[in-house]
Amino acid sequence: MSTDLIDVHAPAIDIQGLVKHYGDNEVLKGIDLTVVAGEVVCIIGPSGSGKSTLLRSVNLLEQPTGGHIFIEGIDVVDEDTDLDRVRQRIGMVFQQFNLFPHMSVLGNLTIAQRQVKKRGKAEAEKVAREMLGRVGLAEKADAYPSHLSGGQQQRVAIARALCMNPDMMLFDEPTSALDPELVGEVLQVMRQLADEGMTMLVVTHEMGFAREVGSRLIFMDGGHILEQGDPREVLANPQHPRTQDFLSRVL
Amino acid sequence: MALRKRTRTRVYHYTIYVVIIALIVWAVLATDWPTVATQFANPEVAMKMLPGIITVGLKNTLLFTIESFTGGLILAIILALMKLSSIPPFRWAATIWIEFFRGIPALMTIFGFALMLPIALKVKIPGGPVGAATLALIVVSSAYMAETIRAGIQAVPKGQTEASRSLGMSSMKTMFFIVLPQGFRIIIPPLTNEFVLLLKDTSLFFIAGATPLTYELTTYARNGLSTYANATPMVMAALLYLVVTIPLTRLTAWLERRMARER
Repeated sequence: MSTDLIDVHAPAIDIQGLVKHYGDNEVLKGIDLTVVAGEVVCIIGPSGSGKSTLLRSVNLLEQPTGGHIFIEGIDVVDEDTDLDRVRQRIGMVFQQFNLFPHMSVLGNLTIAQRQVKKRGKAEAEKVAREMLGRVGLAEKADAYPSHLSGGQQQRVAIARALCMNPDMMLFDEPTSALDPELVGEVLQVMRQLADEGMTMLVVTHEMGFAREVGSRLIFMDGGHILEQGDPREVLANPQHPRTQDFLSRVL
Repeated sequence: MALRKRTRTRVYHYTIYVVIIALIVWAVLATDWPTVATQFANPEVAMKMLPGIITVGLKNTLLFTIESFTGGLILAIILALMKLSSIPPFRWAATIWIEFFRGIPALMTIFGFALMLPIALKVKIPGGPVGAATLALIVVSSAYMAETIRAGIQAVPKGQTEASRSLGMSSMKTMFFIVLPQGFRIIIPPLTNEFVLLLKDTSLFFIAGATPLTYELTTYARNGLSTYANATPMVMAALLYLVVTIPLTRLTAWLERRMARER
C-alpha cells in the first residue's frame, strides 16, 4: 500500500482492536476509537488506566502488540508504512514539553521544517515566527528554553508542532507539569486551536477544559474505554459506576 | 586541655603550613643549584634545541594528537552507535574491539600496526611508520572514547528523541541533530581528559621507527639528551607539554561553567 494516498473521506484517527502488553502486563485490552476531522476528544481516567499509552500509540511512540491504527486511512501499524511521513501530520505535545535545550526557540521551531519538510531558512523562519505569534510569544524567538517559564515552554512546544502544519494534534497531559498559575495560558492556546477547527486528542485532568472545549469525553480504566459521550453529559451524569467513582474523587 | 573545637582546627591548619614550608626550605637548601643550572637548565643547550624542539617536536606532537583524536572520535561515534544497536553482531563486534584495544598497552598496538600488521597481511600502511602509529592511536583512542560517547548518548532524556521523532525526523537525523549535540556537552570533560592522555601517548611513536623530521616532542628531547649529555631538553619538553595541557584543561573548565549556565 502506498503511504502517499490520503483518503480524505477516512476518519482522522481510526483505532481498531488496539492491544498493548508490557511483558505480562496488559495495558490496553482492545481499544476501538474513531476520531473525525475537527473533533476535540478528551480522555480522562485514573493513572495506569492506559490513556497515555493509547495516545502515544497513535503516532507509534508505543509499538502496539495487536490491532490497527489508521491515520487518514493509512495503517501506521503496517511495517511498510513510512512512519516519518505520517508523523509529520500528527503534532504531539508532551507533559514535560521536551523542547531541545541546545537550540534557541527559533532553532526548535525550524529544525524539523528544514530537515524534514526541506523548507529554506527564510521560509522556515517565517513560518516559525507566524506560529510563535499564534501562541503569543513572538518576542521570544531568540530565547533559549531554559530562560522561559513552564507555560511559555509548553506554548513554544505547541508552536513547534504547528510549524509542521499537522492535520491533528495529540496532547499528553499538557498542563500536568505546570505551576497552577501557568495552566491558563496553555489552555487558552489549546482552546484557540480547537476553535480554529484543529482535530485534537487530549489526555487531561482539566475537567473544565474538557467540558467547555471538548466535543467528546472518553473515560478509560484498566485498559478499556468504559464510557464516552458529550462531555457535559458524562461529567454531569456519569453512567458507569467507575466513572462515577472517579469523578466523585476528582471534582 | 579545653581547647575549643575551632581553635583546634586552626592549630591543625597552621601545623600543616609549617610542615609544608619546612619541606620547601629543606629542598631549596639541599639542592645542588650550580649542577641543576648546568645540567637541567643550561642556556647553551637550550639555545641549540631551539627552535627545532618547537617547530619539529611540538609541531609533530600536536599534529599526531589532533589526527589521532579526530579519527578516534569519528570511529568512537560509530562504535558507540554499534554498541547501542538492536542488531546483536554489531554489539558484539564493538564490545570485542573496545575490550581488546583498551586492554593492551598503546605501545604494543603501535608496534603491532607498524611492524606486525604489514608482515602478517602483506600490506603497506600509507604514511610509513608515522601513518601506522597514527592509525594505531586512532584505534586505541576510539576504544576509550566509545564508552564515554555511549554514556553521553544515554544521558540524554528519552523525551528528546520522542519529540524529535514525533516531528517526523528520522532516527538518523534525531541522533545527529538532537541527541549527539546534547550528549557531547555532557562528555566534554572526559573527552578533554582523553585528548590529554592521547597527547602524551604520542611519545610512544618512537617504537614505530621515526626519522628526525617526524620526531615528536619526547623523542626530539631524548635525542637532544644523548647528543648533549644534558637533561635540559627533557625539562624543555616537559614545559612544552604543560604549555598545551594546562590552557586546555582551563578552557574545558570554563566551557563547563558556561554550559551549566545555559541549561
